[in-house]
Amino acid sequence: MSATAVHNLWTMAAADPIDKIDAPNIEYGQLAPTLIVIGAAVIGVLVEAFVPRKSRYYAQLFVSVVALTAAFAAVVALASSGYGTTKARIAAMGAIAVDGPALFLQGTILLAGLVAIFTFAERRLDPVAHGNRIDSFVAQAGAVPGSEGEQAATKAGFTTTEVFPLALFAIGGMLVFPSANDLLTLFIALEVFSLPLYLLCALARRKRLMSQEAAVKYFLLGAFASAFTLFGIALIYGYAGSVTYGTVAKVVDGTLTTVDPALAGTMGNDALLLIGSAMIVMGLLFKVGAVPFHMWTPDVYQGAPTPVTGFMAAATKVAAFGALLRLLYVVLPGLRWDWRPVMFGVAVITMLGGAIVAITQTDIKRLLAYSSIAHAGFILAGVIATTEDGVSSVLFYLGAYSFVTIGAFAVVTLVRDAGGEATHLSKWAGLGRRSPLVAAVFAVFLLAFAGIPLTSGFSGKFAVFKAAAEGGAGSLVVVGVISSAIAAFFYIRVIVLMFFSEPKADGPTVAVPSPLTMTAIGVGVAVTLVLGVAPQYFLDLAGQAGVFVR
Amino acid sequence: MNPVNYLYLAALLFTIGATGVLIRRNVIVVFMCIELMLNACNLAFVAFSRLHGNLDGQIIAFFTMVVAAAEVVVGLAIIVSLFRSRHSASVDDASLMKL
Repeated sequence: MSATAVHNLWTMAAADPIDKIDAPNIEYGQLAPTLIVIGAAVIGVLVEAFVPRKSRYYAQLFVSVVALTAAFAAVVALASSGYGTTKARIAAMGAIAVDGPALFLQGTILLAGLVAIFTFAERRLDPVAHGNRIDSFVAQAGAVPGSEGEQAATKAGFTTTEVFPLALFAIGGMLVFPSANDLLTLFIALEVFSLPLYLLCALARRKRLMSQEAAVKYFLLGAFASAFTLFGIALIYGYAGSVTYGTVAKVVDGTLTTVDPALAGTMGNDALLLIGSAMIVMGLLFKVGAVPFHMWTPDVYQGAPTPVTGFMAAATKVAAFGALLRLLYVVLPGLRWDWRPVMFGVAVITMLGGAIVAITQTDIKRLLAYSSIAHAGFILAGVIATTEDGVSSVLFYLGAYSFVTIGAFAVVTLVRDAGGEATHLSKWAGLGRRSPLVAAVFAVFLLAFAGIPLTSGFSGKFAVFKAAAEGGAGSLVVVGVISSAIAAFFYIRVIVLMFFSEPKADGPTVAVPSPLTMTAIGVGVAVTLVLGVAPQYFLDLAGQAGVFVR
Repeated sequence: MNPVNYLYLAALLFTIGATGVLIRRNVIVVFMCIELMLNACNLAFVAFSRLHGNLDGQIIAFFTMVVAAAEVVVGLAIIVSLFRSRHSASVDDASLMKL
């Protein structure tokens, strides 16, 4: 017996090792905006760990501003080298789309995030306490409100500088959300931007019980909605056997070339497709704050620290509408006869519901929350247009709306009394006489919200309503104009309250902010006026960015 | 066993979880119900993965577990801070802000 034969009695040759697994091909250049922001967020966490407490604020602010500026430069570089139009492609092994809408929305989110970071960093609104400047965020999140621990933390001058990395993580998730090209990336991005936002909501320095309550409500409802999204993704996966947008779209359209027997079994099952897509869209509508998924909006907007509210109201809406557009326009165009009537209904009740309930509000932050619900309805009008103009009008509207929102909430932080921000509307009476400049700026924002000509609100509303009318939703435009008129009533009422009523003796004072908040408000006013008076350049920009890659 | 049965089980678990979120009043229990919903999603992913004979669903289940873990961290931090300031974990007690 030969040596080999003996060996073969109790051993066998191992299978050839798999000599080559294709390494995933990641286009770092095209993903640069997201990678810069997430990388900076990680650096921010390290800053929290290693930099002495006194210098953390400056280090964090520096890292955040540099990262957001660099990421915006990367977006501009990508767009100017044609990735928004002719070179649009799908990167990261099919997970991320780099195309016009993605780059436009990423640019918007980054700029809005940068402006919001300025309002986060504001430390001149409250008087100096124990020799330390204080910002809008709690001294120590773990300390029980009103306890000795909290007083000690305030006395020691602690500040929650973790808000900067948290905001960066949220922005990172928001950058991925509208560019996600498969359902798993969509879900992960949703969680990556939601989880930091839940925490940011809980960190208000004043009215901490309300802030914590807002965080719990937002967290429970947000997690509930994302569970629905996930189950919807599971059903779509069951229907199409894949979570990639392109493949799912092909299965929906029935244009797939190779169909295996299992897929042939499931792709005939419309219940999976319809229920699945309804559940995913439900999760996105929740983030957008559309009626009937809006219940969290007023409470969370009121309870959260005001800079966070502004950030949330602007950036979350941009990201969520981007994802909604891509889902409906790339994955589900084959179902448009099913989803258009549903979105039509949602748009109508969102516009009317937001505008009507806002009339009864007595708190300025809740009023702006309901106003943001009504605006979600206006944007949905552009979404259901299902034309290229529909996409670009929504992009333009989102860009215009986000800066106005951040500016408006920044003004809310300025009007203060002994208990912090004076958000009750009665306190705002006569603000125009006490502080004409602040009242005038706020009036500009309110007029933009109302959609008065020569403000960005008018250009945006005109664009979406025009797209909706041309897309065959004329009756929606009628409802939109009616609810704009209702909404104009309560915006004008606030303006009248500010300018034409007597200031109260114990009224609030208007704090003089540092250049940070001034920049945020200034950018808001500038965008409002520029996009209102000369919108054409930006309309063209959005028009060029209106085509999705598939 | 036919993988479709697992889908029925997943749908049932998801419904139990959703019902629990709506009717239970203790924050922790509500949160556990949300976790139940996420796990029902996992079961559905794995069952569909078996049905289609590709691995995507099983990979997604791992991602879901990591997300659920991250959600527990954030959620419990918020819930514990609420409990410490209110000495109550009822969702009905947290009602400073009303319509």
